[in-house]
This record gives sequence, C-alpha cells and structure tokens, in this order.
Amino acid sequence: MSKAVLDVKDLSVRFRTREGVVTAVNNISFSVGAGEVLGLVGESGSGKSVTGLAVLGLIDPPGEVSANSSIKVNGRELVGLPEEPLRKIRGKDVAMIFQDPMTTLNPVLRIDTQMIEAIRAHEKISEKAARERARQALEKVGIPSADERLKAYPGQFSGGMRQRVAIATALLNRPTVLVADEPTTALDVTIQAQILSEVQDLCAETGTALVWITHDLSVVAGLADRVAVMYAGRIVEEGPVTAVLEAPIHPYAAGLIGSVPSRNKRGEPLAQIRGMTPSLVNLPPGCPFAPRCDYATEICQTTMPEATPYEGERAARCHHPLSSPTPAAA
Amino acid sequence: MTTQADNNPVQAETATGATAPILELSQVHKRFTRSLDMAEKVANLFGAGLTDQVVRAVDDVNLTITKGEVVGLVGESGCGKSTLGRVIAGILEASEGTVKYHGKEVSKMVGAERRATDLAIQMIFQDPMASLNPRMRVVDIIGEAPVVHGIIRRREIDDYVAQVMRKVGLDPTTRMRYPHQFSGGQRARIGIARALAVNPKILVCDESTAALDVSIQAQVLNLFMDLRRDLDLTYVFVSHDLGVVEHISDRVAVMYLGRIVELAKTDSIFELPNHPYTRALLDEVPRLDATKKHFTALKGEIPSPLTPPPGCHFHPRCPFAFDRCRQERPALKDVGKGRLSACHLNEEPGGNPLMTPNPPKVG
Repeated sequence: MSKAVLDVKDLSVRFRTREGVVTAVNNISFSVGAGEVLGLVGESGSGKSVTGLAVLGLIDPPGEVSANSSIKVNGRELVGLPEEPLRKIRGKDVAMIFQDPMTTLNPVLRIDTQMIEAIRAHEKISEKAARERARQALEKVGIPSADERLKAYPGQFSGGMRQRVAIATALLNRPTVLVADEPTTALDVTIQAQILSEVQDLCAETGTALVWITHDLSVVAGLADRVAVMYAGRIVEEGPVTAVLEAPIHPYAAGLIGSVPSRNKRGEPLAQIRGMTPSLVNLPPGCPFAPRCDYATEICQTTMPEATPYEGERAARCHHPLSSPTPAAA
Repeated sequence: MTTQADNNPVQAETATGATAPILELSQVHKRFTRSLDMAEKVANLFGAGLTDQVVRAVDDVNLTITKGEVVGLVGESGCGKSTLGRVIAGILEASEGTVKYHGKEVSKMVGAERRATDLAIQMIFQDPMASLNPRMRVVDIIGEAPVVHGIIRRREIDDYVAQVMRKVGLDPTTRMRYPHQFSGGQRARIGIARALAVNPKILVCDESTAALDVSIQAQVLNLFMDLRRDLDLTYVFVSHDLGVVEHISDRVAVMYLGRIVELAKTDSIFELPNHPYTRALLDEVPRLDATKKHFTALKGEIPSPLTPPPGCHFHPRCPFAFDRCRQERPALKDVGKGRLSACHLNEEPGGNPLMTPNPPKVG
C-alpha cells in the first residue's frame, strides 16, 4: 500500500438525543493511500455517512467528535481545528460528493458562478483562468459542449449530468481526499456505469484517495481496492475487496454478501440475516451483531471482540471468525 | 413448448404454455398530453403553429401473462415500466388497446364484475411511507378495503387483519400502531399485507424493494416467493435492479422509451441477450464477482420521450445501427426458442452479431 494520505484513528462520533447518547461511530480506524479506493459499506444506520461527514469536519451539534479521535490528511490533524483553517482545507484538500446533487448545487445560481467561486475561494486566480479550469473540469467528466453548459442552471441538467457537475466541482481543486456518499444510488445503471468509469479514471490520473460510501456491495466490488464493512457504528471487517468478498471473516459481512440476489440460485430463497439492525441508543455490552448471529456464544453477549489483524492486510472484530483465516504475526 | 404454440409468438412464449393466460395486453398505448394554454392558443391565431405536447409513455405494447408466473419489467427511468405497471393494475386507463383479464376486456366490464377484477389485480408501491396514510392505524390500513368490499364484516376486522399480518410476518399485536412506528422493512410488509387483504390474483410490484437495505430486501423477496407458492399468485415485478429481477422472474421484458425491446425467459435473456440495449444494460450491472473491473459505459442518455427518435428508439446510442434502424420501427418478433426481440439485426444476412458465442461489447 502506498503512503496513507488519509489516516483515521479511533474516531468516535456521539449525538446527544432525548433518548440518550447515540454513538453513531464507535472507535473506528482506517487509512487510505494516494490513488486508492476504499469502499465503506453498511446498512442504514451503520454510521457510514457520519464517518464521511466527520472526515470533512461537518459534524454539527448535537453531534460531537470525541476528543481522542484523530483524522489526519497528509499528516495534518483535522480534529480540534477551528472553523477558519478548516474552511481552507475543506473543498481544497478534502472534498465530498453527496447522494443528491440538488442539495449540493445552489438552484438559483448558474453552474459557472458556483464553480468559479469554488476555485477562487482557495486560490488567487483571475476569473478568466478560473472559468477555463471549470470548463476543462466539465469536459473531463464527460459533459458535452461545456462552454454553453457552464451558463446553465442546475435545474436544466438531468440527474446524471447534475451529479457530474457535482463531481467536477469537488475535483476542481485537485483534492487529496474525496469522500463520496452514495453518489450513484439514485441513478440508472447506465448512468451509474458512466460515472463510475469517469471517477475511476480521474482518481487514477490525479492520485486522489477516494472513500466511496455505499450500501451496494456490487458497486464496491467493481470499484474499490479495499473494503470496510460497518455495523452499528463499528468497522467489523476490513480488507482487500477480492479477499473479503470471496471469504469473509465476520458473519455479518458473510450474511450481507450472501443476501445479494446474484449470489443466490435463481428461484431459491435468498440467504437472509434474521432480525434487524439494533437501536444505537441501547447497545448490548457484547458484540452488537450477536442477537442476529448464528455463531454467537456466551462470550459474544458479554465482551466486545477486539479488532484482530489477519494475514493479507485484513482485520475483523469477531470471536468466531469464519473461513479460518491466519492471524497476522504479532 | 406444447401444442399450444400457435402462430401468435406472444402466446407461444408464455412460460407454461398449457394454461390459459390470466392477463393479455394487446397494442396498449398510454399517452400523456399537455394541451395548449391560453397564450399558446392566441399565438396560434397569429400562425405560431404550436401543437399539443404528447409523451408516449407506453407505445404499442403486447404482453401475455400466464397464471402463476413472475414477469419482470426492467429499463431505465423514463422507459415507461411504471406506467405500464399502473395500466396493468387498472390505476391508469390505456389510451388505446385492450387489457384482458381471463379473456375478458377490463374496460368493458361493469358493476360487480369490474370491481372483482380491480380487486384481483393489486399494486404494491415503492415507498411505503408515501403510500400508507400516516394518520391511520395499521388495522384500518389493512382492514378498510376488505370491509368496504364486503369480504369480511366490520366486527371481524381484528381477527382478519391479524391473520393477514401473520401471513406477511408481522406481529399482530402491533396492529393498533401507526405506520411511522415501524421500520422500513416492516412498512414494506404492511404495504404487502394491504394488497393481500382483498385476496388478489395478480400483484404488480413497482420497485417494491428498491428503498430497502440488502438484508431486509432479501427478507421481503423471500416473502414474495413464499406468498407466490402459498397463494398461487401471479406477479408483475417492475424494477430497475436487474439482480433482483434475475432472481425472482420467470420471464423478463426489457423496455426502452415506451416499447418492449426484448422479452424472453430469464435464463436466455441473462445468458445471451439478443437486443443491443439489453446487452448494454447487462454489461453495466455491477456484480459481486467482477472485482476491480473497468467500467465501460454506454454513450449518451435516454432521449426525451417528447421527441423520440424515428425508427428504432435505441438507434442513436446503438453501435450497430444502420440506415434501416433510422427509418423503420423494428417489430417485436420471435427470433427463435420463444425469444422475442425488436431488432433489425436479426434480419440481416450476417445474422445478429450478439447471438454469436463471443458477442461484441456494446458501449
């Protein structure tokens, strides 16, 4: 693995709610190297989106990133940074693409206004040069007649085109780290494939580290180098995509992979995980997956398994690992 | 295929052949028209020559569904699959063409017969939160229709609803709750229970699992399969998720801009698609076993249905398009082994390049 440009250590995010403190992200660590793609997979409520927001420093009260967390981009610590320096980093070193581009783009401003503003917020550069760069960025993400399209409003674009504009804007300042939160979930397969192919090329070209947050394992399979599976605020398994998909260590990862229709024989019942995701307010003391797990024993009810490293740059949190992996030498 | 295989290719294609079709759609069109407003009518007086804008959401569709089968309808957004689903469910009236249920034309039925048919074809929607009344308790959501239609008496509602809820895996003790007190997967089950409460024969599912997490989606899909077995249901499964459709369907109809471009058994369509659009669609589905693949993409986007291209609707994006495709609409024809495809390539002297052992990529 190349040198890590994004290094997250012991990240915890808590929300104070009326029902109690919700630990949406619980003590997670991961790192992404330049040009590397990490797929962050999990179901609704697993904490994957909150993780993405935390990397951008976008957790607002009542949420808080716990003080002992560390998020380093190119070696620079982001946790605890005041708003002003954070603004300088956000959109320049770290950028984000959201699921719905209509919420990122201002509907009453033309595309060029928004893109040029994004460039000039971080760089002293003439408007003409900025416009030229915006035009090139649009061309790169496959928008035809970029010159005219710059003058259009977001509402004049189709869904796929709008997401391309959002991606082009995020990449304007050649960020070190790009966090993408379900950016293709709302799109058709053909448009999704177009955008995936463009993102693949762009990241390879610029060496941007990409964190791709999704619930769709199949997208991660095609796109990512490494995958981290989240459950109830924790990363339960992490490793190279092929290894994890072929022989998952954690029963939850195995269940998730098993329930994808294409993994099942047609007409047969799909493998399913029983029960549902637990409420994050009252998590049991042991492994949060234990009530749904076929392999759970007494120890699972009482003790949270530690993150254990395994051979082949893998790690998992489970007392009863599947597919008998070799523990990494200490 | 049995002796039933007559000269009507649509008929011959049905999965079981021997049983009579439960639903027949012939030459169904659905058009949405925006008529001219006052200003435009005035402009026309001065010779502006403006005409009504017409979207042909469903454009001449023939489809025959046999009892007990699952037909998947797939395509990109705007291809008309949901509109076709709604026409089948009787929510939208076809602008032209006929829908026959058990051989009788639905639009000509009146009174009790029409009501019985409407009850027999039920629809399950994508977003349960948008289709369940937030101010109604579950017992009323599920029990209202059976009471109104005289299937049960009002005092039987509690027992009846409890029975339906158990069928879909919901705890009957939660029947006094409101929809927001349930999780997404449970809400999907409430939507299914509501449809099942009137003893339907056909269920039209419009993206019914699209909003669910994979593990919950698996539970709901399994429920659909169990219900099909237990209640002898027929499904029309509208979805953009090819993985789900491949898993659950017996036959798949691929739609593009209002037309069915290919219709075949699930196995044959996924193993060797005949139509270039089907091929492109399948190539772009992300799959678990395709790790670190390079995504190639079909060029362009689906054209505006207000001004569809002439000839074959797919020709502007099709790498194999030739002159005939730009002028003449290809008919949906039997191209062998009960497969229907609407592509001129099948009549070319060289044959369809996609039907060779090593088909070229469309992209």
